[in-house]
Amino acid sequence: MDCSHVFKFKVNRLIVVFALFLAFFSVASPAFSQVDSVVVAQDTAVVAAHAEGESHGAKHGAEKFEPTKVIMEHIADSHMWHLWGHTSLPLPVIVYTPAGLDVFSSGNFHHGEHDYTSAKNTYRLVEDKVKIVGADGQIDEAASAKLLDFSITKNVAAMFVAIALILIVFLSVAGSYKKRAGKGPRGLQSFIEPIIIFVRDDIAKPNIGHNYAKFMPYLLTVFFFIWFNNVLGLVPIFPGGANVTGNISLTFVLSFFTMIIVNINGNKNYWKHIFLPNVPFWLWPLMVIVEVIGVVSKPFALMIRLFANITAGHIIVLSLISLIFIFETVAMAPVSIAFVLFMDVLELLVAFLQAFIFTLLTALFIGMAVEEHH
Amino acid sequence: MELVTPSIGLVFWTGIAFICLLILLKKFAWKPILTAIHEREQSIDEALNKAELAKNEMARLTTQNEELMKEARAERDHILKEAKALKDSIVHEAKTQAHTEGAKLIEKAKIEIENQKKAALAELKSQVSSLSLEIAERVLRSQLEDKAKQQDLVANLLKDVELN
Repeated sequence: MDCSHVFKFKVNRLIVVFALFLAFFSVASPAFSQVDSVVVAQDTAVVAAHAEGESHGAKHGAEKFEPTKVIMEHIADSHMWHLWGHTSLPLPVIVYTPAGLDVFSSGNFHHGEHDYTSAKNTYRLVEDKVKIVGADGQIDEAASAKLLDFSITKNVAAMFVAIALILIVFLSVAGSYKKRAGKGPRGLQSFIEPIIIFVRDDIAKPNIGHNYAKFMPYLLTVFFFIWFNNVLGLVPIFPGGANVTGNISLTFVLSFFTMIIVNINGNKNYWKHIFLPNVPFWLWPLMVIVEVIGVVSKPFALMIRLFANITAGHIIVLSLISLIFIFETVAMAPVSIAFVLFMDVLELLVAFLQAFIFTLLTALFIGMAVEEHH
Repeated sequence: MELVTPSIGLVFWTGIAFICLLILLKKFAWKPILTAIHEREQSIDEALNKAELAKNEMARLTTQNEELMKEARAERDHILKEAKALKDSIVHEAKTQAHTEGAKLIEKAKIEIENQKKAALAELKSQVSSLSLEIAERVLRSQLEDKAKQQDLVANLLKDVELN
């Protein structure tokens, strides 16, 4: 596995891209600080709402703030999209049970306080999971285990928003390419084009080689899909804020596609390398096992890397906000805000970097699979 | 543990949504964009190549012009030189011709002068002899006007003859 060309990367161009990014941040910093204050306000509201909700639920008068619970609720998927205070956007619940398919609004659960009875089953929302309630009023664990939840959850909805945004941006860019054929880029085009060329010249070409054009659509789609979702995840207000790329399901799907593409396009050298490795015969059984594990472990690493990076970023930001409520003093707020601002800027960089790394490694794996000679 | 357990719903929707996105973008975005970028890059390359060619052509023409100029200059110098040589030779020839002509003229003049001199001398001689004869006649006539004198002369002459 000769990965040296990854490090021989056009470092200069990379530096330029990051420098541009940092410049963009510095220009936009007043805007960001505004957004950030919104983040803080939003998150404050959210945390306060949760604290209230807890006190409602507990009714013991002891308002104990549990940062782990709050943070995990924000990181995890949900059947509602929390907007502000007690207002949430109900999302469709689609469940497939042995009795059949049920589609209804999650608003019917009234934040988990009510059960919903359809023609087929009675459902209850327990810790944001849809469960089937038996005739005795208790949760029917056996039936719930067979329930398949295809709901449009917060993450799915946020992903749809990101996809809509990607489609709007790139279809309009493609339109302007048609309109202004043969001319220089302008407007959104001139912002997108360097990134497309960056993906083509610095990710696809050096790693895949002359046959790169075939994989460009996948690489570009993955890159922009991850990047847009990462950035939207950093926006604290409504269409953003969901931890989409920090969800293992999504990173699993993406890395699964990468694995499929790599193995479908693997040529005979690639398979020979796996099943007839060039090692002494007594090492052969061991190496075959190692190589077969490698086929799966490479996309697995992709899955974990993206998930862990984005989730970690969200956890850090939420933890910093939670500090205010842990210390129970407003004096903590400036410190928290300063750190959150720093983290948000860093996360913007990470958002790009993770999209870049995922695409780069995908290109690298494809390149290793389609390499002509050893 | 829940955090790292993929949920079937999200996997399902992500898979469908991503494939749809991939197909849509491939057909309506990446293909036109990449083609347009590629075409533009090619046209830029072409333009640059053409510019390079034009530059080379220009350089070639310039050197050609310079060569032509040099040649023309050499030609001019050559022609001038030839003309000068021609002039020199003409002048030289003319000079020598004039020289010989002059010499010939001088020679002729000399001969003429000589002839004239001879004629003049001959004439002078005949004139001198006739003049001397006339003088002698006149002298004799004046001498022999009277008889006495004539007799004296004859006597003298006879004396001389006697002496002889």
